[in-house]
Amino acid sequence: MSADNVIEAQGLTKRYNGVAVVKGISFSVARGEIFGLLGPNGAGKTTTILMLLGLSDISEGQARVLGHDPEREPLAVKRLVGYLPDQVGFYDNLTASDNLRYTARLMGLERDEREEKIASSLDHVGLGDVADRPVDTFSRGMRQRLGLAEILMKEAQIAILDEPTSGLDPQATAELLQIIRNLKNRKVSVLLSSHLLDRVQSICDRVALFNEGNIALLGTVGELGRQVLGVGYYVDLEAEGQGIAEKLRALPGVKSVEVAGANHVRIYAERDVRPEAAAVVAAGGRLLRLSVETPSLEMIYTRYFENVSGGRHAA
Amino acid sequence: MQREGSALHGLGVVILKELSDHLTSTRMRVLEWLVVVVGILAVYGAIQQIKDTTAEDPFLFLKLFTTSRESVPFTFVALLSILVPVISVGMAFDSVNGEHNRRTLSRILSQPIYRDALLFGKFLAGLFTLSVSLIALWLLVIGLGLFLLGLPPSGEELTRAFIFLLVTIAYAGVWLALAMLFSIIFRSPATVALVSLGLWFLTLIWPMLAPAIAIAFTPSSDEETLILAAQYLSRLSPSTLYGEVVLAVLNPTTRSLGPMYLSQLQGAVLGAPMPLGESLIIAWPQIVGLIASTILLFVLGYVIFQRQEVRA
Repeated sequence: MSADNVIEAQGLTKRYNGVAVVKGISFSVARGEIFGLLGPNGAGKTTTILMLLGLSDISEGQARVLGHDPEREPLAVKRLVGYLPDQVGFYDNLTASDNLRYTARLMGLERDEREEKIASSLDHVGLGDVADRPVDTFSRGMRQRLGLAEILMKEAQIAILDEPTSGLDPQATAELLQIIRNLKNRKVSVLLSSHLLDRVQSICDRVALFNEGNIALLGTVGELGRQVLGVGYYVDLEAEGQGIAEKLRALPGVKSVEVAGANHVRIYAERDVRPEAAAVVAAGGRLLRLSVETPSLEMIYTRYFENVSGGRHAA
Repeated sequence: MQREGSALHGLGVVILKELSDHLTSTRMRVLEWLVVVVGILAVYGAIQQIKDTTAEDPFLFLKLFTTSRESVPFTFVALLSILVPVISVGMAFDSVNGEHNRRTLSRILSQPIYRDALLFGKFLAGLFTLSVSLIALWLLVIGLGLFLLGLPPSGEELTRAFIFLLVTIAYAGVWLALAMLFSIIFRSPATVALVSLGLWFLTLIWPMLAPAIAIAFTPSSDEETLILAAQYLSRLSPSTLYGEVVLAVLNPTTRSLGPMYLSQLQGAVLGAPMPLGESLIIAWPQIVGLIASTILLFVLGYVIFQRQEVRA
């Protein structure tokens, strides 16, 4: 086990009545990393999360969360890990701060520390003004932020977020993602599950793609792109000049060059070839536009599941 | 597999939270008023009746609980045995599934506590709330009795009345544990309320049903066997157990809770009160039965809750 991994899962398996829903997955999350669990609903993401928290028995394999076994030492794990469940719920008749006060007591915080942390964490997520309003007046986004405030209050070393952005409008999503980034800045490791791919892509350092209880792919978005699509980068280039496409094809690392229009080519490459491409253009023409994109997670995801189901049809 | 830490860590916090929920809820207030109004009516009726008909009785005070005016057929005890289940069910029918449905369960359980603490806390807070209401009601009745009868209860009367209070709390515990068990099994609070009240209704008609079932299913036509079979059957209902204990405790002349042979009555001074200890011995199996069914129902719910998946 590497000392810098906060979560380690080895052959983690969950069976319900003999049917495996999580089939021997292994992965690790490094300190300060934002790790995404992606996949369709029912792929085993939430089950995996519950096993890591000790809220669901592990059928086989083992997990270590900050060096603790969630099955044997669930209290130690739950003391250090903050959890935001899918569609988190609060006691509607209580105010935001009363809801936090209850969980703060369960965490065993002393009174002075408790009040101070409740106030500061509510302020941090932008709910300071409505701290004394009952939660039943809160929108989905505010509830999710209240859930994050609870994790902040806990000063958790790991935040586990289950579908944190599902059902939120774009602005609420942006606010939430900003809070999650702030968590990372506080050296909190984040494990989040989602099926909203473009959002996840924007904040995750690494992702694991779930498919029917297995981790199908694991790595950074660029690595997944190389595995599934065979390329890691798309470089879009607009330039005036002769024979640029041929010269670009000769560059090392370039997989293929597609002429998209007059003066417009798309380069598929294993790495970021912008400096070389710019040099090629500068040698015999004028550069109009040069941009790079990593393949979107959406693209990888769709292509992967096309391949998987295509293979099944063939079989 | 040994788990670290105490299973009851955080219990006090859960109890306090549940208590404050109970004591501030509208539901609780309505139920309390129901009990108080009905209780006062029954006791007032009893006092009128006692004033009119009783000349002398060493246990006059206890009659408060067991006498009714002829026009109002319910004694205080009978009313309690009907109302206590309703209140208990009202307290617990959404206790666990409510957490599921509000989606608070997984968030609370991800705090450093075990499920044990949550379930114990909910049960104890419910029982505590019920106890507070019942004690208040009990004091109200005693106060009314002092005020309207104008004579103080004897030490033994007070002891018997206090035992009656404890038994009533145990009886409430049975229904609380039952409703809680159902709230673990069924996801919808309406189902829990319906099933629990269905069982409650069954206990109301059970005394009439039990002899019929005994006749239908007992192979022997011997009268003694039939009576015993009917009695054992009827004791499956907590209301029957409660009624029998109350009879023995509040009516000191009670000698037996089952059929007696004439030979057993030989030499007995009929109508003479039994000492407190003897009355307790008569009712002891029933008292144990009430407490045991509370524990049994709670443990059953506990086991199911431990095995249940947290996710909604």
